Amino acid sequence: MIEIRFHGRGGQGAVVASKVLAVAFFHETLYVQSFPAFGVERRGAPVMAFLRVDRQPIHLRVNIYEPDHIVVLDPTLIGAVDVTAGLKQNGWILINSHQLPEAFSDLKGFRRATVDATSIAVRNGLGSRTSPIINTAILGAFSKVTGLVGIDSIALAIREELSGKKDENAKAAREAFQEVRF
Amino acid sequence: MKKVITGNQAVAYGVILSRVDVISAYPITPQTTIVEELSELTASGRMKTVFLKVESEHSAMAALIGASTGGVRCFTATSSHGLAYMHEMLHWASGARLPIVLVNVNRAIAPPWNIWSDQSDSLSQRDTGWVQLYCEHNQEVLDTVLQAYRIAESVKLPVMVVLDAYVLSHTSEPVEIPTAEEVDAFLPPYCPEYTIDTQEPMAFSTIATPDHFLEFRYKIQKAMEQVPEIAKKVNDEFRSRFNRGYGAIERYGKEEADILLMTSGTVTGTSRIVVEKLNRKGYDVCGLKIKRFRPFPVEEICKEIKGAKKVAIIDRNLSAGVGGIFAQELRASLYSREKRPQIFGFVSGLGGRDITPELIEEAIQYTVDHPQPEEEILWLGLKK
Repeated sequence: MIEIRFHGRGGQGAVVASKVLAVAFFHETLYVQSFPAFGVERRGAPVMAFLRVDRQPIHLRVNIYEPDHIVVLDPTLIGAVDVTAGLKQNGWILINSHQLPEAFSDLKGFRRATVDATSIAVRNGLGSRTSPIINTAILGAFSKVTGLVGIDSIALAIREELSGKKDENAKAAREAFQEVRF
Repeated sequence: MKKVITGNQAVAYGVILSRVDVISAYPITPQTTIVEELSELTASGRMKTVFLKVESEHSAMAALIGASTGGVRCFTATSSHGLAYMHEMLHWASGARLPIVLVNVNRAIAPPWNIWSDQSDSLSQRDTGWVQLYCEHNQEVLDTVLQAYRIAESVKLPVMVVLDAYVLSHTSEPVEIPTAEEVDAFLPPYCPEYTIDTQEPMAFSTIATPDHFLEFRYKIQKAMEQVPEIAKKVNDEFRSRFNRGYGAIERYGKEEADILLMTSGTVTGTSRIVVEKLNRKGYDVCGLKIKRFRPFPVEEICKEIKGAKKVAIIDRNLSAGVGGIFAQELRASLYSREKRPQIFGFVSGLGGRDITPELIEEAIQYTVDHPQPEEEILWLGLKK
């Protein structure tokens, strides 16, 4: 079983990212379980979402305490929240940032990857400059870094799950796939 | 077609496929996205139903009582305080013998405020004359809604389908969605025996003096007693059509064991993993899932208990002064048996606290280590 935890801020679409990634894995004939950190979320407040993936039906019904990989949608969360809590050794931490992975020296000891999902979102017209929608772009980067799920499955899942700007979101994911640094 | 959907969406699919005629719901907190989905489907014309937005949960049930008396298939959904507010009308629905289906998302009752999973809301409605069915996963949620209408319309009693807040309601997982044709073949249109008809006037829910009231209640009890057989028939047919099904109870792990672990709702899923692990380690334990709470599956449970010496039961609910409610029902059902296993009644996970594999293992280990429980209520995961 693979367990993934998403960190974002309320309104950034961490829950949708988890769901879209779930559908991508589902298209690769895997069992999935995607859920938000159950709470009373507010816009801007730190939020989490979870994803389990397995070759067999998933019976486990608890939060993810020791994730295999972590996706951080907003780099300002690092330090504000313990994003690496429970992260397994050799786990990836994928961050939306214009900086190089080495810049996150506090996270040394983990495999780091960064992608400037904000710029990718802005140039594809997703959200606004102040409030870009980066939750689809970052999934393209996840596909490349972890190799766990194909970019075509991600693009297909984006088309199925999103109600608007399907092409732009899918394109953003493909660009992030190319541009991620690790 | 298989889709990755939440428990709330699974309910909505179940309702669409059941071709419900009238939905009535209070749309504000503690309402769930179930009715949000259904109102969107109705507004966009994809679902042909009358959607009534009412001013309270009490009115939601009252409106369905009217609609159901008029002879149509009805649905509502609610949660926690909403269900509590419906209480009076829940009695009315069963007393009037109306086959209404309600989905309740299990949430705690305040204070302190808490919106997380806890069975205390539905279990405090246990004496209202409703059949109660609890679900373990989203597939079971969809399927149980379909089965609920068959059961309700056969015995003329309302049915409550119950799912855990968040752990199912907001969790997305793959669910096989049957086609409308498949469901139509399983669930024919509702044909009521009596309805309001201006051509043939009748009195409904009139006064019954002490001369008659007892007999009305006797008939409700007799209808409840038919539920096990009818629910089994319905499930057998469902299984033959859809290749999946759910009994009132389900045993998993070993065929027979000294210790039986009893759970309901999503705790069962996690328990499956723990029981399998402990069986590999040589523990003599098997699991028992309880799907139907009302009528309580006494006979089915007694059959599965076999030679078990101890039953560990985990309740995500509390009747203050007594303990876990499933444990209480179990104790009552086993009393007349000659050989009674020791009951270890654990209370855990109230207000949505995770019931982790470690906690379940702790409960089993405690049961292994003690010839009898040291206390009537064993608090699992309590911070001291």
